[in-house]
Amino acid sequence: MTIFIPTPLRSYAGGKDAVEVPAATVSEALNSLTQSHPELRNHLFTSEGRLRAFVNIYLNDEDVRYLPAKEQSKVSATDTLSIIPSIAGGSSIR
Amino acid sequence: MSTLFVAQNVYDELRAHGEETYPNECCGALLGVPTTRGWEVVGSIRAGNTRTDSAHNRYHIDPLELVRMQRTAREKGLEIAGFYHSHPDHPAQWSQTDFAEAHWLGCVYVITSVAQRKATITNSFLLTGASEEDKKFEQQVIQVEDHLAVQNSSSSSHEMKQG
Repeated sequence: MTIFIPTPLRSYAGGKDAVEVPAATVSEALNSLTQSHPELRNHLFTSEGRLRAFVNIYLNDEDVRYLPAKEQSKVSATDTLSIIPSIAGGSSIR
Repeated sequence: MSTLFVAQNVYDELRAHGEETYPNECCGALLGVPTTRGWEVVGSIRAGNTRTDSAHNRYHIDPLELVRMQRTAREKGLEIAGFYHSHPDHPAQWSQTDFAEAHWLGCVYVITSVAQRKATITNSFLLTGASEEDKKFEQQVIQVEDHLAVQNSSSSSHEMKQG
């Protein structure tokens, strides 16, 4: 399957905007990605191995957090996984 | 101080967006290419602000919208260079909330102050650092250029339009 890498993480993925990995589940895909590009692990996961709160993982157009099987969701070779850090903020005016 | 190069139409568009959503914050993505002189922003995509509970001082882009923006950028041979938002009746300086919620290292965060529905100052801040633990905002010079290829689109289609 194809994993799309966001701009800030491309330098840790050999400069690529997409990486092909063999995987049967979302979890396997992420493990394969971080095994081939170890520097990505710290950017995606906490020291406890949990996905960082601001990192969104989308299987095609579905948020993996809301899929019934979450990271154990099955994937096929034609599926895509998008890594998307969150975007939010705002002024300090009340 | 580094420089952000922005096409004139994109600069005008992001400021106009802030005026249109006033007194609420606007937000969107900036598309461009990394060059030896810095990011060259040649397109923008408007996003909806999901923080309807407090839109006058908060913004949040639906992650699915970000996925589609990333897809659009890729199809056009561009990258997400950063994001923009407005500060209604507040200075164009990053807030603690902006900093805490900034995770796109190496990308730019453009903020426009909108006073009484009129865009005033626009500033750009590059999020530098190698990780969440050592990130910081560095203010940039914004250089608006006419000759950069200009492409804009709205959030409804995510299709780029030639400016």
